[in-house]
Amino acid sequence: MLFVPGNNPGMIQDAYIYGSDSIMFDLEDSVSVGEKDSARCLVYEALTNLDYGTKETVVRINSLESGLGISDLEAIVRARPNVIRLPKTEFAADVTDCEKEIERIEKKAGIAVGTTKMMAAIESAIGVLNAKEIAFSSKRLIGIALGAEDYVTNLKTNRSPEGTELMFARSMILHAARAAGIAAIDTVYSDVNNEEGLIAEATLIKHLGFDGKSVINPRQIAPIHKIFTPTEKDIKKSMAIMEAIAEANRKGSGVIALNGKMIDKPIVERAKWVLKLARVSGVLKDMEE
Amino acid sequence: MELKKVGTSGTLESSDIMVTIKGTDKQKIDINLTSSVEKQFGEEIRSVISDTLKKLGICAAEVIAVDKGALNCTIRARVKAAAYRACEITDFSWGDNNE
Repeated sequence: MLFVPGNNPGMIQDAYIYGSDSIMFDLEDSVSVGEKDSARCLVYEALTNLDYGTKETVVRINSLESGLGISDLEAIVRARPNVIRLPKTEFAADVTDCEKEIERIEKKAGIAVGTTKMMAAIESAIGVLNAKEIAFSSKRLIGIALGAEDYVTNLKTNRSPEGTELMFARSMILHAARAAGIAAIDTVYSDVNNEEGLIAEATLIKHLGFDGKSVINPRQIAPIHKIFTPTEKDIKKSMAIMEAIAEANRKGSGVIALNGKMIDKPIVERAKWVLKLARVSGVLKDMEE
Repeated sequence: MELKKVGTSGTLESSDIMVTIKGTDKQKIDINLTSSVEKQFGEEIRSVISDTLKKLGICAAEVIAVDKGALNCTIRARVKAAAYRACEITDFSWGDNNE
């Protein structure tokens, strides 16, 4: 998910060329208080006029408590991004309060209720502790994300290269997302000149089970995609598993084995997930060709 | 909408346009445009500015626009923000048919 400042027309119009799966136009922290109205107009016009193709479009609004969130929603719901991202979510009510406003605007604007999906960013200790309630709070919620900069400030610590201080939050958010059946997105890696550090962090969060990572610079997209793209070995193994399942089904065999090892349900689920990732990243198509 | 003060929006960065709008005694929209692409797109930029203001109900204004290669959607956004600021209106109308 590529973060794009909402008051920068050059970055907004070019955002689709860098290959991210998702583009998040920011009306919150990257826009100064005096430019909120201008950024709102810019993102509204971009979303209603520019073609971002198959990229997921996300807009991070200001919180309702800030007094700016409702004005953001009035514009952005009508601009019809795929997802509206709530910042600094601490309670399930933050999501449901926002959902009520979205539904009101959808009805007023003649947009089918439920069209606008939501994502909640968790950026504080109380938010992390309430991650499960937040994750289950709305059918519109497609994912929850960790916002680490505010979170570590709230914890009275700093971000370390190893990310030790984020382990609890990452685990809570990941478990909440998995329990609710929604996506878990990791925080940004702020040091854009440290590719080694980015790769180490992306490798860690991929292994933990996260679905993706936020990026603040287009340069960070390719290394992360490389980490999340299944290897040829993994893909071939997954294809063999699926073929063994198909063969067993043809024979009516109850017990399925591959190279002498039993294949059970979790192995099949993982194989399906690997093949899904391979398909969306384009490598499976390349291998088939 | 009534223009009450000078309203400005936009920057002088590439792909942007800085738009300044103020009231005028003339009964028309007067546009002073500076653009590196004026020869090719000047007429269109003026047209986008003028059309955006008319849709907002503003038929008389003095506009100073410094363009750095902005797309039409960026021009519309900056004109709209500058006009609302000039009218001292914070409650924007987004319409329910994308205006």
